[in-house]
Amino acid sequence: MKILVIEDETELLGVIRQSLEKEHFLVEEASDFATAMRKIIAYDYSCILLDIMLPDGNGMDILKELKAMRKMDNVIIISAKDSLDDKVQGLNLGADDYLTKPFHMAELNARIRSVLRRKAFSGKNILELGNVKMDLDERTVSIKEGPVAFNRKELDVLTYFMLNHNRLVLKTALAEHVWGAYADEANDYEFLYSQIKNLRKKLNEHDSGLEIRAVYGIGYKMQVI
Amino acid sequence: MKLLNHTLLYLSVSLLGVLGIWAVVFYFFMLQEVKDTIDDGLTNYKMFIVHRAQGDTAMLNSDAFSDKNYSIKEIPATQAMQVLDTYKDTLIYQERLEQHKPVRLLTTAFVANEKYYELKIISAVINKADLIRKLFLALVALYGVMLASILVVNNLVLKKIWKPFHYLLAQLRNFRLGNTPVFKSARTSVKEFRELNDSLQSLLQRNSDTYLSQKQFNENASHELQTPLAISINKLELLAERGELTNEDAETVGEVIQALESLKRLNKALLLLSRIENQQFVEEQTVRFSEVFQKLTRDFSDMLHFREVKVELNEEGDFESIMNGDLAEILVMNLLKNAIVHNTAGGVVTVTIAGSWFSIENSGNPEPLDEEKMFDRFYKRSPQSSSTGLGLAIVKAITALYALSVNYEFHNSKHKFIILSNTMGRADRG
Repeated sequence: MKILVIEDETELLGVIRQSLEKEHFLVEEASDFATAMRKIIAYDYSCILLDIMLPDGNGMDILKELKAMRKMDNVIIISAKDSLDDKVQGLNLGADDYLTKPFHMAELNARIRSVLRRKAFSGKNILELGNVKMDLDERTVSIKEGPVAFNRKELDVLTYFMLNHNRLVLKTALAEHVWGAYADEANDYEFLYSQIKNLRKKLNEHDSGLEIRAVYGIGYKMQVI
Repeated sequence: MKLLNHTLLYLSVSLLGVLGIWAVVFYFFMLQEVKDTIDDGLTNYKMFIVHRAQGDTAMLNSDAFSDKNYSIKEIPATQAMQVLDTYKDTLIYQERLEQHKPVRLLTTAFVANEKYYELKIISAVINKADLIRKLFLALVALYGVMLASILVVNNLVLKKIWKPFHYLLAQLRNFRLGNTPVFKSARTSVKEFRELNDSLQSLLQRNSDTYLSQKQFNENASHELQTPLAISINKLELLAERGELTNEDAETVGEVIQALESLKRLNKALLLLSRIENQQFVEEQTVRFSEVFQKLTRDFSDMLHFREVKVELNEEGDFESIMNGDLAEILVMNLLKNAIVHNTAGGVVTVTIAGSWFSIENSGNPEPLDEEKMFDRFYKRSPQSSSTGLGLAIVKAITALYALSVNYEFHNSKHKFIILSNTMGRADRG
């Protein structure tokens, strides 16, 4: 699957590219408005990561162009501006998601995965890994055909891990994803730890075929056993 | 004491002195003038008598004053030669009044029919005690009238003259850095006030400029820090993920990531603060705080469970406020989170919502917070705390934006924050 990253900050572009290639995506880059326009006209992409503020143009115009060409590419806006107006405008112009910089690679990965998933199975939105089947719309989980109850936070954590399986998920990234704006205290990690303990127990009990491994004490990684 | 009364006080004291000295001088001048006039009268009278005595010899035999005001008595020539005109104050016994009366006495000598006579003439003099009494009364009246007129002039004229001063003062009182549009100078023809005008204007302009550039610098710094911070964190993430690190290295990487994360949080909070202060949250709606609390207690439910803290929500009224919905949530979230995080296991957070206020009370540290500094940026109870120290500063900024006030109380080892609405409107923004 091909992904176009439109971003003028070369360092950030490099990091995104590295992270996406790990996920076996084909990555193309555009670091200015003109290149980006050329590429979106010439090719089709599974997903476009779009920085709104470009040195020679506004990312919103790229969105308009995509809409005018009736291209169905998935677009995730990545912007340094945490502004509601931009978000609303972007989503109205056909963007699928809006991610505010700075973000964790795991977060970006999860967003790309869920955007791709949403479009691919237009209708059913089911995530499968090991013996676990998760309905992302209904927010229900079944393991080996039997439904298993998870509380809200456990479900958020599980989803995040499944979208990022085989990847290192930093504690902070997880806390931020699950807690959103509320994550600003390091002792939230204790709480996170108790959630993960519960989750592990449930995954074990129901023979999910998944395990959450602690990595160096800085994060976790979900793997299929 | 008002300036007006100060001048009045000094004037009244100094006027008293000036008028006192003037009264003494005036008294002696007056006395001298009266004496001179009387002496002139006596001299004229002497000429008249001497002239008449030349013809009327009967007059020459009246050597007692009796009913007249002169006496003539014959004296030897040798004695007469030595007599000079002398005026003096003396007492004369008056039979009619049966008492001594002060008089002015002229003693002189003259020649009539080749005989020498001594002539004494008296004249009534001014009653000094009477003069002093009258003068004193007049002075008291003058003093009173002067004070009254100064008071009137001060009140009417000075008030008008000082008007620009009070105008400037009022402007200064309402002046808030970065929050007052323009300083309007007062219109005045008084030189001192014009100078004050100019000095104030340039002072405030300088301060505003400094403030603005400082603020802009802070914002830009926060903004510019975001990307390098994110890139550093992301690169370290990738490094850790590569899995080629020894455990020790990985731990170091983890520590660096955590340090960068707290920097990122700090930066975010600072940006939020400047956005609040710059009034960049434009959209407003009617916020019902009971709804906000219900939502946030739901969001925090797992955390509450984990920390074994209970939230008691008492809805006595329905506090509503017109404000930005996100900010209302941030306000409540910061207070609620503080109450949960700084609580003890098994503790309680008591939330009370009334008609025009709500309060959040929690058990926790048995020492009260420092009320002077608690709303300062980077205020932390313990330096080891991983919090940004900006939570309460954000609370303060939000309440200031919407003319709410935040109060802190501490009793029975419970910390209590009360948010109440000021019904004065939003004149106090910022």
